[in-house]
Amino acid sequence: MSTENTKNSLFTPFNIIAGVILAAGIVVTIMRFTMGLGAVTNLSDNNPWGLWIGFDLLCGVALAAGGYTTSAACYIFGFKRFHAAVRPAILTAFLGYALVVFALGYDVGRPWRLPYPIFYSQGTTSVLFEVGLCVFIYLTVLFIEYLPAALEWLGGFDKYRTVLIKVTMGLTILGVILSTLHQSSLGALYLIVPSKLHPLWYTPYLPVMFFMSSMFAGLSMVVFEGTLSHRYFHDKMDDDYNANYMDLQFAFAKGAAWIMSGYLAMKLIGLAMDNRWHYLFTGFGAWWLFEVVGFVVLPCYCYAVGYRDRNIGLVRIAAPWTVIGIILNRFDVSLVAFNWKLPSALRYFPSVSEIIISLFVVTVGVLAFRFIVTRMPIFYAHPAYKDSSH
Amino acid sequence: MKRRHFLGLLGAAGVTLTTGTKAKASDAADVAGLPNAFGVLFDASRCIGCRKCEAACNTVNELPKPDKPFDDLTVLDTERRTTATAYTVVDKYTPKAGENPVFRKIQCNHCMEPACASACFVKALKKTETGAVVYDASLCVGCRYCMVACPFNIPAYEYNKALTPRVMKCTMCYPRIKEGKLPGCVEACPKEALQFGRRRDLLNIAWDRITANTDKYVSHVYGEHEMGGTSWLYIAPKPSFAALGMDEHLGTTPAPELTAGALTAVPAVVGIWPVLLTGLYAVSKRKDRIAEEEKKAAVEAAIAKASAEAEAKLAEELTKAEVAGKRRIEVEVKKALEAAAKTSEGGEDA
Repeated sequence: MSTENTKNSLFTPFNIIAGVILAAGIVVTIMRFTMGLGAVTNLSDNNPWGLWIGFDLLCGVALAAGGYTTSAACYIFGFKRFHAAVRPAILTAFLGYALVVFALGYDVGRPWRLPYPIFYSQGTTSVLFEVGLCVFIYLTVLFIEYLPAALEWLGGFDKYRTVLIKVTMGLTILGVILSTLHQSSLGALYLIVPSKLHPLWYTPYLPVMFFMSSMFAGLSMVVFEGTLSHRYFHDKMDDDYNANYMDLQFAFAKGAAWIMSGYLAMKLIGLAMDNRWHYLFTGFGAWWLFEVVGFVVLPCYCYAVGYRDRNIGLVRIAAPWTVIGIILNRFDVSLVAFNWKLPSALRYFPSVSEIIISLFVVTVGVLAFRFIVTRMPIFYAHPAYKDSSH
Repeated sequence: MKRRHFLGLLGAAGVTLTTGTKAKASDAADVAGLPNAFGVLFDASRCIGCRKCEAACNTVNELPKPDKPFDDLTVLDTERRTTATAYTVVDKYTPKAGENPVFRKIQCNHCMEPACASACFVKALKKTETGAVVYDASLCVGCRYCMVACPFNIPAYEYNKALTPRVMKCTMCYPRIKEGKLPGCVEACPKEALQFGRRRDLLNIAWDRITANTDKYVSHVYGEHEMGGTSWLYIAPKPSFAALGMDEHLGTTPAPELTAGALTAVPAVVGIWPVLLTGLYAVSKRKDRIAEEEKKAAVEAAIAKASAEAEAKLAEELTKAEVAGKRRIEVEVKKALEAAAKTSEGGEDA
């Protein structure tokens, strides 16, 4: 990239908006760490978890699931054609998890103690301990999986790179194990509150449902992010990436449609097991149907038809639709259906500052993604390692 | 870091999680294992809403003074909950319009198997052998999962402390119990609405009181079985505990059991996934290899076939060429012979 080019593109609309968000985020950051959570959030004793847990943690982790789904598809299930999609997916996952931890730094009271549960005092009866341990190890795994791209960019680390490439298979399996555990345990966090979570969302299957939905969340994110990248980073993509790009989108659409059908079945079995059909005829029931029909059944159908007719437009609509559905589901569990018995005056709604920090975190992620893909071999194979299968 | 090291770490995590689920939220949280746990019995029919217990709690725990003094009973008109500066509050309920109000004291119920302690990922909260559930601020990360987990909405948080926020809740006056003193609120109650003692004794007292006055009391000791039982026990006048704003549908399952199933799945996942995934990998690899071999064989066969055909064709061509050649030679020879014959004839003529 030439200097002239950089100068010209500095004041693009994207950069201006990003700059404003970053500035606002820094102001709120200063407020948070000088005046406390009370000054910037609408959290209360009745609502200890708000947007930063509901969006930054629950959605962040679910939407970063593209890493394990794509690498498992490529390395374990043998869909070698999708090899070109692995690096973007791993990078997105790595950034996603790094940002989850970054965002937690705002939410927890004493962020510098975040290593405590792992290294100092292990509360092994807690589901949150499992989440913490898995996220910590998985973040490390993702970093190692991402490292070859960085080393190729820096150059001169061939020996280390070769070692890293050799352990890819092991890391992929480890990644699937860790993802299974913490994706499901995010749902399991809520198993402890049968009296606080609305019966339509509270089911013993919560962990399974969180895991299943993370799979199609990951697939949808890869499709969605692929579409966006195709638009904005097309010049970075090599022939190998472009040649397999459509195939990948259709294969992921098919996969997502199947998993979403299974997820829907789980939802209905959950209702039937506890005979909770009558709740469907309440206000919360209408909302539940809105979530399940509007954001599982319809996008699933869209994916299925898109795959059958080889209609890429339909698949590209279904992907962001599903992503919104996942966000809606995580919001429902953590915010909407949580504390449902509480009088409405005591219910939680995020403050402007909370929304700013969430936007801030997303923006940092997008900027980091842009910084890396414009410099490192993510969408293309590095010329020096073109023949390598990784 | 080596892969083996990672797997080791993971295995260790699996093991700790399994053993962790077997152990209860604290080392001695088993109800049978806490035969001498203390508790407090609150009799709502005796409480007059004087807020003396609130005042005592404030003094004993050295909490900041509230905006309105404790003898101001107008605060009872609004429903309150425990906060970071008030470990206990008294709320007023009027079950039926025109009837006398009933009061309920709210504080930590000190569950036998506390949700907060089982939810805490650094063991900052624990059930002690005295029955009190206590908090260690030096371990707390401030994740507030304890507040999410508590079915009674008790733990409160210091939201306005920037760097050293704590989770605040009733300690059952743990330090005073250790000294042999009564909890502050119990000592201050002028109407004996609060009674401190061994939990098992309090249960007997509670049921004696209910049976002696079946017309007056709800036939239930709240906290005997709720969420696996609590150290704090309630009895209340009719019509119901719900009339006192208490959740009657909490169930009897202790909180740690609600998540135990999910945690026991951990070793299963850690054990099964690698086997299954490596198997799948092997299958897909084998499929590839077989496909590759079949392809190779097919190519070889095709080549063999093609070369055989080519050879045959070549041979045929050669034969043809030979025949054609022979014939041409024969023709040439014949021509030559004929020419020679002609010349000799001509020679003879000449």
